[in-house]
Amino acid sequence: MRKRVEDFTIINNRQVNSEYYILDIQSDDDLPELLPGQFAELRVDGSNTVFLRRPISFYDVDYNNRTISLLIQEVGKGTRQLAGAVPGDILNMIYPLGNSFSSEGVTRALLIGGGVGVAPLLFLGKTLKSNKVDVNFLLGFRNRDFLVDVDKFEACGNVFITTDDGTFGEKGTVLDHMLIKTGLKEYDKIYTCGPQVMMKAVALLAEKENTDCEASLENTMACGFGACLCCIQKTIHGNLRVCVEGPVFNTKEIIW
Amino acid sequence: MVDLAVQIGNLKFKNPVSTASGCFGYGYEYEDFMDVNRLGAIFVKGTTGSNREGNPYPRMAETPSGMLNSVGLQNKGVDYFISDIYPKIKDYDSHIIVNVSGSTIEEYVEVAEKLNELEKIPAIELNISCPNVKEGGMVFGTHCPSAIEVTRSVRKAFAKTMIVKLSPNVTSIHEFAKAVEGAGADAISLINTLLGIAINAKTRKPVLSTVTGGLSGPAVKPVALRMVWQAYHSVKIPIVGMGGIMNATDAIEFILAGATAVQIGTANFIDPAVSMKVLDGIESYCLENGFSDVNDLIGALET
Ligand SMILES: Cc1cc2nc3c(=O)[nH]c(=O)nc-3n(C[C@H](O)[C@H](O)[C@H](O)COP(=O)(O)OP(=O)(O)OC[C@H]3O[C@@H](n4cnc5c(N)ncnc54)[C@H](O)[C@@H]3O)c2cc1C
Ligand SMILES: Cc1cc2nc3c(=O)[nH]c(=O)nc-3n(C[C@H](O)[C@H](O)[C@H](O)COP(=O)(O)O)c2cc1C
Ligand code: FES
Repeated sequence: MRKRVEDFTIINNRQVNSEYYILDIQSDDDLPELLPGQFAELRVDGSNTVFLRRPISFYDVDYNNRTISLLIQEVGKGTRQLAGAVPGDILNMIYPLGNSFSSEGVTRALLIGGGVGVAPLLFLGKTLKSNKVDVNFLLGFRNRDFLVDVDKFEACGNVFITTDDGTFGEKGTVLDHMLIKTGLKEYDKIYTCGPQVMMKAVALLAEKENTDCEASLENTMACGFGACLCCIQKTIHGNLRVCVEGPVFNTKEIIW
Repeated sequence: MVDLAVQIGNLKFKNPVSTASGCFGYGYEYEDFMDVNRLGAIFVKGTTGSNREGNPYPRMAETPSGMLNSVGLQNKGVDYFISDIYPKIKDYDSHIIVNVSGSTIEEYVEVAEKLNELEKIPAIELNISCPNVKEGGMVFGTHCPSAIEVTRSVRKAFAKTMIVKLSPNVTSIHEFAKAVEGAGADAISLINTLLGIAINAKTRKPVLSTVTGGLSGPAVKPVALRMVWQAYHSVKIPIVGMGGIMNATDAIEFILAGATAVQIGTANFIDPAVSMKVLDGIESYCLENGFSDVNDLIGALET
């Protein structure tokens, strides 16, 4: 798929909680085909401290309205600057980048996300559902205020939720949930995105149960399109570029 | 019409704009964004005698107006380059110049000898300035007798244009420029990255797995300009200048300081088509300022 550099227009900036916000951005042209797991490199304008672009996953895609939604957590200077975007602002992106989740032969999937790591899982869940896959989410958040668009996830399948403090769903992290402890073998595919420790733990459990598992990694990047070799992940095939051979890897290939 | 062609050793570049090693992959990574055939030259990733995995992650830290990297010459080695990469890029209309790296003089010579056989590789850039490998690399570029020895040895093995890439991590750049000129370099290129550190105060740990890394981007531009200017006044061979070029004005500054051609590195990550904007901008600058030949700008700094 051809990569392009394009100016999008911000049409909405919705604050989800004290740290998360969702940018809806629109293209002047029809969107190219975008795949779940892929991402864009966002140029951060108006900051004199942010130099490189920032990689962000596609959270939701609406081809009819030529819009893409991005779920972003404010963690530092770049994401803070982007949080100030208002409708009418321009957002320059390089996209679409990276590979995508694979779903061949999948009939029953469990999508495990932690925090802002749920971002690529909504687009994935939607796509899987339209391919008649039985979709199940296990999503972990810090507390009740950090839940993101639960209704949208529910529209794609069953949703199980944990919060660290028990203010919603089961108390604990996704790793404490019953589903993970006993049920992984009931799925023919596990997808996961979130903090590295969570993904690694999920991967090991999936391996034990002999269930195929894919993780979407978030290594820091300089270019995002394969030219600098800064984003590498150690794998059984050597050091691979997360921005090209990833961000989605079969967890059997990853050397954590 | 502006005459944009410049001469580097025996090699004519159709224009002075090229892309820097390690920042432009092998060229094809950029095909979606621009016509890579319009570049004067493409300097491809550092190539060594055999496969190298490079340094562990993390290898990159963003810094004020720049970045540190410690990629450490990850590449599949010269034989793989010849069998799998060269066929894909040899027919570009831009010169393909291979950045030759190594840990020992023998390794540099081995790589250069193999590349000498390739018809469509008209030049090499001898990288004696990589700060990110334990042995070799920068050692050759920061110790004058070693710089001379490796340049001499590779000179014997490589008959075409040899550009030697200098390290900025030295006190007197002109000594090195003169030394490699005397040892047979057809041209010099500079600067490679400046050695630096990024620290995460929260974790009290270095950001890079290797602690130190190489600084690039606009943060290094004034240092790079100064070094190009000093080198220009100490050698007769042409200079390929780089370090923090983000736009045409930056590139013209390098040419005024004495560079015959320029390389664009880190800027490609932010705007993958920036090199074409630099090329068009140099042409407009010449037109607007009454220069019919870009060569008239080389070293034209009025002091
Ligand atoms: C393929 C990919 C997809 C991503 N998708 C999303 C997404 O959909 N939503 C979202 O909110 N974030 C996503 N991220 C992470 C996001 O890119 C970073 O959070 C962002 O670049 C931080 O920029 P900043 O300027 O705000 O932080 P900085 O000021 O650069 O850093 C602030 C702190 O965050 C840490 N940090 C920065 N980048 C990363 C990173 N990549 N991984 C771990 N720690 C980091 C730094 O070490 C530092 O401590 C994705 C990353 C990748 C590689
Ligand atoms: C990610 C990265 C990888 C690099 N790899 C190489 C390399 O393999 N060989 C080399 O001679 N220089 C390498 N360099 C240095 C650049 O070619 C260039 O000298 C330097 O970055 C300064 O130019 P810039 O500021 O325009 O990037 C690398 C630079 C970066 C940022
Ligand atoms: S970020 Fe440059 S190769 Fe992946």
